[in-house]
Amino acid sequence: MKLNLKIWRQNDAKSKGKMVQYPLDGVDGDMSFLEMLDVLNEELINKGEEPVEFDHDCREGICGACSLQINGEPHGPDRKITTCQLHMRKFNDGDTIVIEPFRANAFPVIKDLMVDRSAFDRIQQAGGYISVNTSGNTVDANAIPIEKEKADDAFNAATCIGCGACVAACKNASAMLFTSAKVSQFALLPQGQVEATDRVLNMVRQMDLEGFGNCTNTGACEVECPKGISLENIARMNREYVSASVKG
Amino acid sequence: MSGLIKSSIARKIAMALSGFFLVFFLLFHCTVNMTSVFSADIYNQFSHFLGTNFVVQALMQPVLVFGIIFHFVMGFVLEIKNRNSRSIRYTQYKGGTNAAWVSRNMIISGAVVLAFFGLHFYDFFIPELIHKYVQSHPEDPTRYFPELIHKFQNPVRIGLYVFSFVLLALHLWHGFASAFQSMGVNNKYSPGLKKVTQVFAIVVPAAFIFIALFHHLNGH
Repeated sequence: MKLNLKIWRQNDAKSKGKMVQYPLDGVDGDMSFLEMLDVLNEELINKGEEPVEFDHDCREGICGACSLQINGEPHGPDRKITTCQLHMRKFNDGDTIVIEPFRANAFPVIKDLMVDRSAFDRIQQAGGYISVNTSGNTVDANAIPIEKEKADDAFNAATCIGCGACVAACKNASAMLFTSAKVSQFALLPQGQVEATDRVLNMVRQMDLEGFGNCTNTGACEVECPKGISLENIARMNREYVSASVKG
Repeated sequence: MSGLIKSSIARKIAMALSGFFLVFFLLFHCTVNMTSVFSADIYNQFSHFLGTNFVVQALMQPVLVFGIIFHFVMGFVLEIKNRNSRSIRYTQYKGGTNAAWVSRNMIISGAVVLAFFGLHFYDFFIPELIHKYVQSHPEDPTRYFPELIHKFQNPVRIGLYVFSFVLLALHLWHGFASAFQSMGVNNKYSPGLKKVTQVFAIVVPAAFIFIALFHHLNGH
């Protein structure tokens, strides 16, 4: 397969970037998208050029490291996958593929296609945890009865891998789906009730401080989320927020 | 409580509440207008009551004007804020693959509806104020229906009216259901609720268009 790649190149956070074209031959349909970029980088290194910087880690859809806006969509044209799970068989010989970093002011570009998503870490640090006594008499979480439906909803919310596709897809670069998933995974469980009020207030405050946009309920985040995190979580966070604001 | 005033969620809820208020007003306005199709007398009675009742004029009307201004100003403020959250735009962005056009372009449909409000104020609201408070004409309870018929004779005005209500239908198609989501309502009843809001988004603007066309065609 022969491809024409248009890739965003940017030396560092402060310099101005631009799209650069790279023709690439010998791409196999069974390669993952990241393997295709590996092939390109080997070519560039052999030619003495700077390889394209991009994020990756587990390469099996778990870590959420691989980002990339591919042909105008986060993680490319397929649904409920990350970029490492996207295969080149989804493209045709002669295709032009436009590859850009996730765009949001809260996700500044570090280099080329790699962006700084530490804003998500700071939102988590603001309240995405529970305090547990670990002095030796810790109660087994399974000893607390939880109704199946709530346990399932909490688990589904907890499957968010923090990849940032929700922000990348949203026309407003809003992080509400991510934040709401992290609020919901605790709000639904008894263990999360102790810090429930502070959690939602602090996480939403941090989200706003990071400079993400406002949610306008377009639903793009839900469609592009590789883990299928539902908009129900945003509605739950809104309820939690109002309740916490009145209490707190 | 300060977060409930300044946060991004507070802004969503404020938009939703003002939107619900305007939806309620729209339904009321449509019901009153629809009486003009069946009976000039009933339309005149409704209009006379609304135009002369102290509670309506001194309390409800200012609240309505505030609600309209608040919803539009907040909408534009949010649009500017949201645009600023992504300073460098994508070279290629396929928004249509994951979200409907109406949901991504509320600012366009909203701006057209705002322009229509300007026309509507120029046509009805401002002349009404001048008639009552500047020229101080004696109140004539039968003047409302002939005034309505007169306004609907200009085909350009009818064209603008129809176009604006089509855009209002698009605005409501996303906005009405979206307001429930903003208020935290997303449960097993939400798909049914969404259908109800979509029926409202079509029926109410279509009724306004019908009333305008009815009087335009019957007036000739």
